[in-house]
Amino acid sequence: MKNIFNNLFSKKNRSRTISFLMVIVAYILIEVIMNTVGMSRLFKSLLVPVCCYIILGLSLNLVVGISGELSLGHAGFMAIGAFTAVCVSGFCAQSIPNDILRLALSVLCGSIVSGIFGFIISVPVLKLSGDYLAIVTLAFGQIIKSLINNVYLGFDSRGMQFSFVTNELKLEGGKMLLSGPMGATDTAKISNFTSGFVLILFTLYVIYSLINSKYGRAIMAARDNRIAAESIGVDISKTKTLAFVISSVLAGMAGALYALNYSTLQPAKFDFNTSILILVYVVFGGLGNINGTIIATTVLYILPELLRSLQDYRMLMYAIVLIVVMQITNSATLKQTLEKTTKRFFKKGEAQ
Amino acid sequence: MKKLLVVLLSVLCVLTLAGCGSKGGNEGGGETGDGTVTVKLGGSGPLSGDAKVYGEAVRNAAQIAVDEINASDSKIKFEFRMEDDEADGEKAVSAYSTLFDWGMQVSMFTVTSGSGAAVASYYDEDKIFAITPSGSSTALVYTDAKNYPGNFQMCFTDPNQGVASADYMATNFADKVVAVIYKSDDVYSAGVFEKFKAEAAAKGVNVVYEGAFTDDSSTDFSTQLTAAKDAGADLVFLPIYYQPASTILKQANDMGYAPVFFGVDGMDGILTLEGFDTSLAEGVYLLTPFAADATDEATVHFVKAYQDKYGETPNQFAADAYDVVYAIKQALENIGYKEGYATNGLCEALTAEFTSMSFDGVTGLNMTWAENGEVSKAPKAVVITNGVYVSAN
Repeated sequence: MKNIFNNLFSKKNRSRTISFLMVIVAYILIEVIMNTVGMSRLFKSLLVPVCCYIILGLSLNLVVGISGELSLGHAGFMAIGAFTAVCVSGFCAQSIPNDILRLALSVLCGSIVSGIFGFIISVPVLKLSGDYLAIVTLAFGQIIKSLINNVYLGFDSRGMQFSFVTNELKLEGGKMLLSGPMGATDTAKISNFTSGFVLILFTLYVIYSLINSKYGRAIMAARDNRIAAESIGVDISKTKTLAFVISSVLAGMAGALYALNYSTLQPAKFDFNTSILILVYVVFGGLGNINGTIIATTVLYILPELLRSLQDYRMLMYAIVLIVVMQITNSATLKQTLEKTTKRFFKKGEAQ
Repeated sequence: MKKLLVVLLSVLCVLTLAGCGSKGGNEGGGETGDGTVTVKLGGSGPLSGDAKVYGEAVRNAAQIAVDEINASDSKIKFEFRMEDDEADGEKAVSAYSTLFDWGMQVSMFTVTSGSGAAVASYYDEDKIFAITPSGSSTALVYTDAKNYPGNFQMCFTDPNQGVASADYMATNFADKVVAVIYKSDDVYSAGVFEKFKAEAAAKGVNVVYEGAFTDDSSTDFSTQLTAAKDAGADLVFLPIYYQPASTILKQANDMGYAPVFFGVDGMDGILTLEGFDTSLAEGVYLLTPFAADATDEATVHFVKAYQDKYGETPNQFAADAYDVVYAIKQALENIGYKEGYATNGLCEALTAEFTSMSFDGVTGLNMTWAENGEVSKAPKAVVITNGVYVSAN
């Protein structure tokens, strides 16, 4: 028993254990509160988007923090996952009446399609690095948004119908899945908090398995010193592609969950700002820091809602809080004090 | 260090969650003992970001109406609360949830179409009566699959605006050559344009150029303007919001292109845009149900109240919001709303009342509502002259 405990909290596994514990405890706590005291509608409505953004943050952290490449087009992958899921869910509404099954299938399809796009993009993109890569990913995000903006997709008794740029579909009693800038309408809201929780656990499992594997070490070696890594036989482009594709699969998954939480969804939602928002969560939580990303995302997503009572000064306060926290977490003196306290805390623990 | 931080932050998160956990639920209207009853009126709109002119106009005007009603001897008083939704669907759901927790009984829905479409089904599921002053997409009141019975509109729908614009041009600008510049990734703009195109073809309006732009290319319109000029257009139809429209007016002026510009309700607000030279908007036509220069008693009273309080001339959004509050009040009075009225039947009763009553406001007389929630009233064309709207004919 003690062995297992020591193993779980060994230096190598500590971060992983804390991540899983934190997510599971948070889930149980929220479920308990929801079923006993009851939770306000506002917080209930925030649960699923928070889960989505946590997964998005984690997946982006894989590229930005662990692989060390700046990507500014993460919302693009989210959009692919989102609209794929909406189409699958809308198409299967009759044939698969079970919500959970349909959700699972939609999320699966969303992540697969997003992964395929991730792979296609990674071929030209990962030959670049630094600023060039950032600009190309940014462009990719915009291209995806523009493409979806022009897609008209619907189905009726004659089968699937597709039209590009101008809407020429004449449906005979069927259903429009995507209608250009209007996006998807009338989506059944089948996402729920539990599915978000399961997907976060899955994401954590994938990321930690990758980090602790041969490939993960290769990815980090390539980040820290490209030449040294290459000299010992690490295939740089292969490792980077791996990280990029996994990241896009996870982002597509989050997008699918997100899309099925709202009855309407417009492509304009997945613009540059959304990509930056996710990047802010990652930077705020610390590059490469998994637990930090989870906490930062939760706090930053809920904060503007808690500040609603400030009315007109809300966004101003949000920005100020952002700056203050960034400064504080980077202050050397504060870090030292914190470290000292933690050291004392741990020493005590070990002495007992 | 990490661990401590993690523990600290998780405790914080839990505390905030638990702290907000016990609130919520519908508490119903307050009672004051003298027979008056207070109704909680909610609404959401962009109070920050690009579209905040609309959100603020609606909030200001609704506040005037609420203050007037509360100061009068009316038995029905309002408690009004407006939340920021940044014109974004995701934030609109949060804003709606905040209002629901507050105990909103009747709603002004949302100011913009995109956010309204995202919460339309929530209003329907929770049976809260909602009427939007300015969310013009049909997605707010019905979809292909179903009608939201308790959702209504005070403004025209996008399709109706497109049709009305084409009709107006066919009658009043029959000899003009028309170009259209629209925003293809915007629900509102694409919606108006689609219907305009169909109606223009049917009515024989001579459309020679259709130029599209998107959010990413909304800063430079020289391509579209040059193309429109080369095509010989002497009327440019702009079914877009006022910020890109202001850029178009500026660039057209710079290149010496002076056609007649014709907008719809999104153009409203251009005169209050900060940093915009309003002389550029001289002679711009727009289709709106409200003209601030009208001389009827209600309009004069409203315009004066708005100018006294906020120092500017109200636009159509403000007028629609003002009407929304009074329409709700009229409906509440008609159904005999008083203390102890069963909250769960309120939405149905108001729905029945709205589809049968007729309302006179500043945006039109004898307004009626169809079963699907669309309003029926007459659009007016106004032209901007000396910095104010003047009825076009």
